Amino acid sequence: MRENKQQVPETVERFLDSTLDSVDSAEEIAVGVAQRAGFDDDNLTRIGMAVRESMVNAVVHGNRYNAHKKVRFSVGHNTHLFTVRISDEGEGFDFESLPDPLAPENIMRTSGRGIFLIRSFMDEFQMRHLERGGTEVTLVKYLVSK
Amino acid sequence: MSIKLNTRQVGDVSVVDVAGRITLGEGSSALRDTMRDMVGKNQKKILLNLGEVSYIDSSGIGELVSGFTTVTNSGGQLKLLNLNKRVKDLLQITKLYTVFDVHEDEAGAIRSF
Repeated sequence: MRENKQQVPETVERFLDSTLDSVDSAEEIAVGVAQRAGFDDDNLTRIGMAVRESMVNAVVHGNRYNAHKKVRFSVGHNTHLFTVRISDEGEGFDFESLPDPLAPENIMRTSGRGIFLIRSFMDEFQMRHLERGGTEVTLVKYLVSK
Repeated sequence: MSIKLNTRQVGDVSVVDVAGRITLGEGSSALRDTMRDMVGKNQKKILLNLGEVSYIDSSGIGELVSGFTTVTNSGGQLKLLNLNKRVKDLLQITKLYTVFDVHEDEAGAIRSF
């Protein structure tokens, strides 16, 4: 259930190292902002998990733990939308090549569910290739039901 | 809290009490090591008690699938016990809930092997 409270808009931005500690930090920051925005516990869990999966993609698959590459992370909300943006400096990947984790032949795969979970837990999810290289994802959750 | 794993024997069933977060890194690798260790010791009946697991990410789901496959391929059985709502929802949306034999009480789970 989404809250309808009018909260003070807030934005947080960080340039994070390509480490699993950064994944934890981003999740913690995002959940904190989401909590202040008025989301309930179930949605806080969903947002936290979607941010975690996105950060893992950036750190592990994008930047490949490269100490010279950063992950740009921003989270914020206005009165209607809660938005998270995460970008890496990786090689990028073919968005069309993502296998469907619900297809019978993929059910027992041990990986490949991250983006599916992000889509499941957020109201909007977009991926784009950056001109300077890397991939940016945008995650949106509605603060009020559309 | 990261992850805590405690293994105990109930008859011929090995029960693994898991607590904390099963996420990429320490959590998922600890679970993987425990499962491999049990299969290596030829333990064929394994019950994962997830009652105290607060959080599983896609890597953790992958470890559950990997453990299930490893145990099954070695001729054993892996079953799940005490899923909380969040973990149950996660297995349902990934269509894995029906893959696993899931139980809500330990005695019944032990008898089912």
